[in-house]
Amino acid sequence: MTETQAPQREAPRAPLWRRSTLLRHACFAVLGLLGFWLLSIALDPFANLQLAQIAYTAIAVAGLTVLSGLSGQISLGHGAFVAVGAYTAALLLENAEWSLAPVLVVATAGTALVGTLVGVAAARLRGPYLAGATLALAVGLPSLADYHGLRDLLGGANGLIVSPPVPPLSLGETFPLERWQSWICGICLVVVLFLLANLSRSRLGRDMRLVREDEDAAALSGVHVARTQILAFCVSAGCAGLAGGLFAIVNNLAAPGAFTLALSLSLLTAAVLGGLGSLAGAVYGAVIVTLLPNWSTDLAQQADLPRAVYANIPLVLYGLVLILVILAFPGGIQSGVRRIGRLLRRNRKN
Amino acid sequence: MGRFLDLTLAGLTSGAVYAAVALALVLIWRSTRIVNFAQGGMMMITTFLGCTVVSHGGSYWLALAVAIAAGLVLGAVVERVLIRPVAKRPPLDAVVVTFGLLVGLQGIAGMVFGGTPQSYPPAFSIAGFQVGGRQILFSPNDLWIVGVVLAVMVVLAVVFRRTSAGLRMRATAFAPEVARLLGVRVGRMLTVGWALAAVVGAVAGVLIAPSTFVSPTAFDAVLVFGFTAAVIGGLDSPPGAVVGGVALGLVLSFVSGYLGPDIVTLGALVVLIVVLMVRPHGLFGAGARRRV
Repeated sequence: MTETQAPQREAPRAPLWRRSTLLRHACFAVLGLLGFWLLSIALDPFANLQLAQIAYTAIAVAGLTVLSGLSGQISLGHGAFVAVGAYTAALLLENAEWSLAPVLVVATAGTALVGTLVGVAAARLRGPYLAGATLALAVGLPSLADYHGLRDLLGGANGLIVSPPVPPLSLGETFPLERWQSWICGICLVVVLFLLANLSRSRLGRDMRLVREDEDAAALSGVHVARTQILAFCVSAGCAGLAGGLFAIVNNLAAPGAFTLALSLSLLTAAVLGGLGSLAGAVYGAVIVTLLPNWSTDLAQQADLPRAVYANIPLVLYGLVLILVILAFPGGIQSGVRRIGRLLRRNRKN
Repeated sequence: MGRFLDLTLAGLTSGAVYAAVALALVLIWRSTRIVNFAQGGMMMITTFLGCTVVSHGGSYWLALAVAIAAGLVLGAVVERVLIRPVAKRPPLDAVVVTFGLLVGLQGIAGMVFGGTPQSYPPAFSIAGFQVGGRQILFSPNDLWIVGVVLAVMVVLAVVFRRTSAGLRMRATAFAPEVARLLGVRVGRMLTVGWALAAVVGAVAGVLIAPSTFVSPTAFDAVLVFGFTAAVIGGLDSPPGAVVGGVALGLVLSFVSGYLGPDIVTLGALVVLIVVLMVRPHGLFGAGARRRV
């Protein structure tokens, strides 16, 4: 910890918060919580619901960004992990009647465990093999809900209904449910981003980047390649599981129709669009992929377009965005933000 | 015993189609080292075009011709416009681009053709043959499917082994730089390879359409099955794709018959994971260049 030694130094070169990574991330986390709180009390219930959706999407995307951006593995099947988290949460809340916090912890841990199993298989696979295996996961796993042996437990194609979490009475009787949901998701998001930011700066994060750049070099310098890759899958799936648990309590539902290939796809779109490997990018990406379907529906209704057309606008846009960003702006939004930041700093020095 | 025979025959028929899809993926993997995740979407679009021909009074054969022509054009355009820019970049880029193309095509198909599944007529009767007074689960149309897939394989094998264009394509796939020095138009060969693969996919789409119906997402599972088949065989090997396709068709038919049709895609996932755990490069794949 550098902050304890700071007073002994004569002339600190940089302010305290810039020298300690942990402290800097903690400052950001507090600011993030404050910003989220201000936003949630300024918005109406519907917008709060969207805020909650953005928050849990961002959690899943942040996990994906750690997997692809840091350790260089790809998953086309993160929607399946979201499904595991959602079903875990739904079963524990409805059948076992646990309270919310332990449910979310177990949804995260349980999905992380599933992710570790997938990661063990994934560590042996490269590029397209891994992409194909995770694609099969995304298409195959939701079908389990409708399997006749599990239909009674998992609710078949209709899925499970989840009763929404009630806001505590201390907040007042008229406290809107949507704001309480968005608070839960917002706190989870900030905690996850704080943990992932520290992970990315830690030794494990460095190992992951090394594995991504050159596996042989990483192995030669003493990094356990397979273990690092499996850990990345574990962390990333855990995030998706938490996102799934939050999905279940925000949408009051866990059903196979919600965890289609399109969900996995929108998560990947958000990660690529924001900039693979950047946590801030994960948030931008989540904002855009969450609001995009709503915007396109509104626009289409104003323009009197037929349903078949506007229902598919998000899909076409996801596809276009994936292709264009990779072809033209491989760094995504975050690389643009960094470039602007550099320009501003240079101007200030001059 | 009769049930086992029926499931085996049904598995052979669907396996033939998976083999064709796998073959399309293998053709592209060999030439460009890219797994074309858009294959299912490209199949879907060409099948929809065939479907439109049929619903406007065209015959099955005209529809098949239209689908093949559309596949030829689509494959060439996709290679030129989308694949060439990412061919030399990290593999992740190509994966994302083909995946983007898959959803883009699904969205466009949904806009143009709507989301409700449309039926597609079979070429021949789908009533099973009578064998010894018993109707078996193998119809004239199934015979047509197996026959067409076999014909496609034979044609491809002849093209690759006996023609100079085939030699140039193999050279491009094997050593692009050397081929370029020897005067092969490598870029053109890659375009031809993608077009050829898209044609194989288009044929597979028309063959499978009567049993799955046609909708924007109808071929998601078929893509997964084709990929699984290709991986079982080893992405590098056309005969492997055929063996993998038939093997997968049989396994999935038994899964569907004895365990329930709901978990067939999950069955494919299990097969995929098991094969990859045992042989990360598939049964016929080149196991060289295993890193660390």
